[in-house]
Amino acid sequence: MAKRLSVVDVDRCVGCQSCMFACARRLGQGGLAEACIGVRSAGGMRRGFVVVVCRACPDPPCARVCPTDALVPRAGGGVRLQADLCIGCGNCVEACPFGAIFWDAGENKPQVCVYCGYCAPYCPYDVLAMEEIEEMADVER
Amino acid sequence: MLKGDPLRRVLYIDLSRRRSWVEERADLFEESLGGAGVAIRLLEEECPQGVDPLEPENPVVLAVGPLVGLFPMASKTVAMFKSPHTGNLGESHAGGRSAVAVRMAGYGAVVIRGASPTPVYLAVEGDQVHFRDASALWGMRSSYTVGGVLRQRESGSGMRTIMRIGRAGERGVTYACVITETYRHFGRLGLGAVLGSKQLKAVVVSGRRSLPVGDRRAYREAYDGIFQAATDSPLMQKYHELGTAMNVLPLDAIGGLPTRNLQAGRFEGAEAISGERLAEQYLGRRLACAHCPVACIHLAALRIPHPREPYFYKTSMLGYDHEPVYAMGSMVGGSDVSGMFQLMDEAEVQGLDVMSTGVVLAWATEALERGLISTRETDGLALTWGDYSTYMEAVRRIVTQPNDFYQALARGVEHAASVYGGADFALAFGGNEMPGYHTGPACHLTYLTGARHSHLDSAGYSLDQKAGSKGETLTPEGVAEALLKEERWRQVLASLVVCFFARGVYTPDTVQQALAVAGFERSADELSRLGAETLRRKYDFKRREGFDMEQLRIPRRILETPSALGPLDEGFLRRAMQFFIATQSEGMGNPCEGQTAQPSQGLGLVK
Repeated sequence: MAKRLSVVDVDRCVGCQSCMFACARRLGQGGLAEACIGVRSAGGMRRGFVVVVCRACPDPPCARVCPTDALVPRAGGGVRLQADLCIGCGNCVEACPFGAIFWDAGENKPQVCVYCGYCAPYCPYDVLAMEEIEEMADVER
Repeated sequence: MLKGDPLRRVLYIDLSRRRSWVEERADLFEESLGGAGVAIRLLEEECPQGVDPLEPENPVVLAVGPLVGLFPMASKTVAMFKSPHTGNLGESHAGGRSAVAVRMAGYGAVVIRGASPTPVYLAVEGDQVHFRDASALWGMRSSYTVGGVLRQRESGSGMRTIMRIGRAGERGVTYACVITETYRHFGRLGLGAVLGSKQLKAVVVSGRRSLPVGDRRAYREAYDGIFQAATDSPLMQKYHELGTAMNVLPLDAIGGLPTRNLQAGRFEGAEAISGERLAEQYLGRRLACAHCPVACIHLAALRIPHPREPYFYKTSMLGYDHEPVYAMGSMVGGSDVSGMFQLMDEAEVQGLDVMSTGVVLAWATEALERGLISTRETDGLALTWGDYSTYMEAVRRIVTQPNDFYQALARGVEHAASVYGGADFALAFGGNEMPGYHTGPACHLTYLTGARHSHLDSAGYSLDQKAGSKGETLTPEGVAEALLKEERWRQVLASLVVCFFARGVYTPDTVQQALAVAGFERSADELSRLGAETLRRKYDFKRREGFDMEQLRIPRRILETPSALGPLDEGFLRRAMQFFIATQSEGMGNPCEGQTAQPSQGLGLVK
C-alpha cells in the first residue's frame, strides 16, 4: 500500500534540520534548495518547532487546482509531479493549507515530498516515520 | 573549491554609505578554507592599526566554511573585530542558524564597514541587501522583543538567522554580546558594543540554495560516517542529555569550581545548580543548531509568580550551560536556582556576556565587602553573595551607567580594578573575565596564552583534569607544548567552523575526507600548516595592537586559592609562557611536527 511520511512526535523535534539536509542529499546535493520538508520554529524557538511536509491527502487540494494536471493524485493518497506538464503557476502552493508544496526558484516549479522516506532515519529523535496510509485512514492528523 | 561554490563570495557592506557589493575571493578560501583562517586575513585587510574599537573604522568580519551546509556540526560563524573589551583581537563564535543561513544566502564571509548615521538593521535575503530603519527598535527594553519583532517582520522563517544586540550593545558596555536565534551568542569580547557603535541593531540573513559536491557517493558515505559517529558517541549523548552543565558536580568534587570570586574552588550549593538537578527540575526543551543532531542547547522552564497579582504566573524559557551556571551561580555564591535563572534572563534581556557579567558582579561584591568601595559607589546597592534581586538591579545599572562606578563596571573588572583597586582579585586574563574552571595551571595558561583568552582556545582545563585523574605531574614545558598543539589544531576546526564539541568526531582523517567532497584536497601536513599559520596571524595581529605576553597580569587570587591540582605557582606559569612564546616563534619553520597525530579527544570530564 501507499506510504507517507508522518510527523509522529513533533514535541521531540530539536530543530536540527537533519531531515531537510537529508532530503536534498537524496539527490546528491548539498544545501537546502531541494528540500521538500521544512522545519521552522513555532513562533520563536522557545515554543518548539513545526515540521512541514506533504501529508499525502486522499483528495489532494493541490492537484485539484492544477490547471495542467501536472500534479497527479497518487493511488492511496498524495501526489506525483509530472514536471514537463507544469507551467509554474503556483496555484498548488496557495492551495496547500500546510505550506507543504515548496518551490524550486531555479526551475520555477513546485517541489513536493515523494514519500521515499530517505529523511526519516536521519531524525535522531524519532520525530519522523514512514507509515502505511491505510492504517491512518480514520486517524485525525 | 568546486565550480559554482558560492563560498568564494564575500559580501561587503558599507554602513556609512549604505552600499553593498560582492567580491570573489577564491584566493582567501583556497588558502585558508574559511572561518577563523579567512576572518583573520580579512581583519588584517580591513582593520587599521591602532583603531579605536568603537570608531567606524573598526570592521566586523563574519566567516563560515566549506563544510557548512554539507556536513553536520559545521555550524559556527566566526566573528572577528577589534575588541572594545580588551583593546585587541576580538574573535567570537556563534552557532544557532547563523552559519547555515550565511552559506545558504550565498556567501563565505561578510564584511561590515563604517557606521550608520541613524539606527539601522540589515536584511540580507540571498543577493538582496536591505538597509532597514531601526530607530523604533533602538532603546527597546528587551532583546527578546527585538527578536520577536524581526521574526514577524522579515521573511525566511526556518532558513534564517536573526543576530541582534540589546541595550548593553547600544550603550557601549564593552562586554555586550550579539544574540542569535534567542539562545546562542557571539558572547565574548564585546561584538555587541561594536555593532552598537555602528548603530546596527540587527543582521537578518536568509537564503535557500544547493551546494555542489565532488562525488555524490563519496558524499553520502562521508556524511553517514560523521552522522553515525555523532549520534553514537557517548560524549555527544552527554551533551544532549545534561548539556555542559554536566560539569558542575565533577568540577566541584575536585575543587575546581570557582566560587565567590574564586575565594574557594568548592561550592556548598553545587548540588542545587548541577546539570542533573537543573534537568530534573527545570529542563523544558532542547534545541539544536542548524544541521547538528546533538541538540546540546538546554532550556529551563521557569514559572515565576507575579509579585502582586495572585494566581498569575509568567513562564520563561531560559537557556543554560555550564558557563552561565558558574558565572551566575557559584561565582556569585548563589544557589537559589530561580534567582540564578532570573539573573541570567536579565543579562539576556540586556544583551550582556553572561560570563563577564558574573565575574564583574563577583568582583564588585568582594570589593564592597573589603571596603574598597561603599554603597556610595554602588548607588545604594548592598551587593551580597547570592542576593539575586540586588544583582539584577546592578545588572540594569551596568547598562544604564548612572554614575562613574557603573561606567567603570561597564568596562570589565580589569578596568574597574584600575580605578578602585582590588586587582589581586580582579579575575581577568588579557582583559577578559575568567571562565568556570580552576582545575590547575593548564586552564589558567589557556586563559593567558589563548589568542581569545577563552577556555576554548586550547582547553587547558581538560589537560589539568587528565593529569589529575592519571596522577601525572605537569611541567611548564609540557603544558605549553600541549596547549600550543591543541590551539593550532583548533584553528583548523575553527576555519572549517566545526563546533569544538564535535572535535572527537572530526579527526584529521575525517576532516580530509569531508574536505575532499567539498573540493578541497588537503594533506594532513597542509592542514597542520594552516592551523599554525592561522594562529601565527592572530598573534601577529595581537602584537601589532600592543599585546605582550610577558606583560600579562596574573591575578594573585588564582595563586591564593588552591586549584584542583593544588596551589599554583607563578614561576610555573611564567616559565610556561616563556616556553610558549619561544616555541611559537621558533616553531614556524616546522610547525607541523607532531601535528598530524590525533588531537585530544573529548572534554576530559566525561569518560
